[in-house]
Amino acid sequence: MTDMPFSLNFLKKHPGSAVKKYSFRGGIHPDEHKEITEDLPISDKVMDPDGPMVFPMQQHVGAPCSPLVKKGDKVLRDQIIGDTEGLGAPIYSSVSGTVTAVKPMPTPSGRKVMSVVVENDHAYTEIERPYPPVSYKELTKGQILDRIRYAGIVGMGGAGFPTHVKLKPPKDISIDYILINGSECEPYLTSDYRVMIEDPWRVVNGLRIALSLFDSAQGLLCIEDNKMKAAASLMPYIEGDDRIRILILKTKFPQGGEKQLIEAVTGRQVPSGGLPADVGCIVLNIDTSVAISRAVTQGRPLERRIVTLAGDCVRNPGNYRVRIGTPIRELVDKSGGLTKEPAMLICGGPMMGMTMDSLDVPVIKTTSCILIQSRRNTLMPKESACIRCGKCVEVCPMFLQPYKLNELVERRDFEEFIRLHGTDCIECGCCSYICPAKRHLTQSCRVGKQKAAELRRKGGTRQ
Amino acid sequence: MSDYTGLYGSSSPHDHAAHTTSSIMRDVAFALMPILIFATLYFGWKALLLTVISVASSVFWEWLFEKLLKKPITITDFSAVVTGMLLAFNLPVSAPWWLPVIGTAFAILLVKQLFGGIGKNFMNPALAARCFLLVSFPTIMMTFPVDGMTAATPLAYLKTGALDQAPGYVSCFLGVINGSFGETSKILILLGGMYLIVRKVIDWRIPVGFLGTVFILSYLFGGDGLYQILTGGVMLGAFFMATDYSTSPMNQAGRLIYGIGCGLMTVIIRFFGSYPEGASFSILFMNVVTPLIDRYTVRRVYGTGKQHLFKSAKNAKEGEKP
Repeated sequence: MTDMPFSLNFLKKHPGSAVKKYSFRGGIHPDEHKEITEDLPISDKVMDPDGPMVFPMQQHVGAPCSPLVKKGDKVLRDQIIGDTEGLGAPIYSSVSGTVTAVKPMPTPSGRKVMSVVVENDHAYTEIERPYPPVSYKELTKGQILDRIRYAGIVGMGGAGFPTHVKLKPPKDISIDYILINGSECEPYLTSDYRVMIEDPWRVVNGLRIALSLFDSAQGLLCIEDNKMKAAASLMPYIEGDDRIRILILKTKFPQGGEKQLIEAVTGRQVPSGGLPADVGCIVLNIDTSVAISRAVTQGRPLERRIVTLAGDCVRNPGNYRVRIGTPIRELVDKSGGLTKEPAMLICGGPMMGMTMDSLDVPVIKTTSCILIQSRRNTLMPKESACIRCGKCVEVCPMFLQPYKLNELVERRDFEEFIRLHGTDCIECGCCSYICPAKRHLTQSCRVGKQKAAELRRKGGTRQ
Repeated sequence: MSDYTGLYGSSSPHDHAAHTTSSIMRDVAFALMPILIFATLYFGWKALLLTVISVASSVFWEWLFEKLLKKPITITDFSAVVTGMLLAFNLPVSAPWWLPVIGTAFAILLVKQLFGGIGKNFMNPALAARCFLLVSFPTIMMTFPVDGMTAATPLAYLKTGALDQAPGYVSCFLGVINGSFGETSKILILLGGMYLIVRKVIDWRIPVGFLGTVFILSYLFGGDGLYQILTGGVMLGAFFMATDYSTSPMNQAGRLIYGIGCGLMTVIIRFFGSYPEGASFSILFMNVVTPLIDRYTVRRVYGTGKQHLFKSAKNAKEGEKP
């Protein structure tokens, strides 16, 4: 932090922006490892992938899309290849070429999902898009939402909740704040940071578009204090706009967790089982905001994203602009390959990411990071007896009792697990990280949540 | 291009803090070292010898129990070492060599292992053993000779009313007084305690609650609060005994209540009991109360408060309507 040219003081020039550092209770501060990639510009090296592009029909929360093409069809870039009537967002082809298969394929979610496989013809012939470029100010609210829905935007931080649904809460709810989540608290990840530095106009424009949907909402750009350069980069674009403020948050994990972010900034708590809209908040990821801007102002669908590629096996770690559907193997090879035998491939950050058993899974809308670690960095520590140090209780950002939940899952008392709100666990991993006895606390909560869901389903059929 | 097969699957998080049970216990042992060095210099080699015997027998009992019951050997977690050191620190330097051997057998076998080993015991093993020795061998445990002369401890002077013979604040603070050989040097205990607080090994709430209560209540009962925390086992107890993980509460609020409870009991025993010292008994008492404290200090889970249950943004604006 010594060579940081910006301090909190530059914010003082902007009225309304807070110099106070916002935070939530609990949390941890793992080694950031961000220095590896944070100063490298976003690379376009992998924008011309060779391998078969895989487009899973489910890249969001909700109902899976139905494929709209079949084997042998010619598709164009930006052509809809899957859509759903239910909760969800359409899927686009990010290349032009021929459909070679429509079959279940492994995806970053860990499950096999029906996918459209397209052979890239490298021409990138675009389909004629229905929405011409226009300033969002000339559009009605309905037209803006139509464009966002058309563009297939979902929460790109990892959750994948369809954005057009998020931006259209029930009528009786009024939205007070739209939060742009620039916390990026996971170690290694710098994609949001690079986007804020390289494309600040689109980040702010996306927020302005979202704000135009709500008459009384305030826009908050929430940035952790280890990313002051990003805050300084956004600063000129919010000058003179009294609806948007930059807020600086303490660098802490999971500061970027939706619920933690809302509590840190507004002091409100999202009710258990509820949505941020229940407390008048909408949280958007940085890349999502950029996607909104591209969708509304340029009429372009979501077909690319920024992915951080890191880990001790990667020859050229960095941030890459990637066409959605590009296999991870392709991303790795085009970036320069690996330097040693990988032992673990993590989709997402080290705290909450999922391990993949193969490099043959595609980058999807919610893939923010690919982490490839060697054996040395992946050894799972051996579990020993709980010493009741209370550190898990101290760090839990949901104020749960992880040691207790672990005990309950071990003796399979899922009723009590539910009673102690184990199902509210956000699986951030803080408890497992901090545990000196290396107990698998987060992991047991995951099991508990699955069992609790089964119990609830059974309870449902009985009635 | 390699196929990169053989990727491990695992469940997040994939990153872990560097500390372990063993490193935490080593931190505690490290924090106790200056006290041991001082005791050796002031009370003589016997203090070091008793500590070594105590640590060795403590580790031996743990190993023996686990060996006989074919359980995984856990002596490398250093918890038995800490127990051994703490028990020795509670002995008078005149104690015979076999006393810590019996004491650690009681601490490790009965109090710790029979209840399930580390994390499962409901009383601090070192303290329970101390009290066991105190009631079993009262003469040995209450005789404190310095330079071959038997003399009373500051608290004993207070109890008998011989105030004029009691040592002053500075002597008590530095530890050049009579007493159990690991308890006397308050400045080194304070130093070790600070180290553990800075290293986040112990929570400041327990020692601050404990010492603060003794300090304030002593004045309320007409005593000298400063003198009360500078004498006896209160300081060692507050930083090293009451903070034992297994037997202190899990929540921060609970820890403060626990610390205050320890202080309250200590003052009651010191002022109204027949023993001159009450720190050990009061910590043991609060050890037993810990499950109860834990039960009633559970924090409200995020988003489950009544005010959050039906609160829409509209309600929030209109002034927190139910």
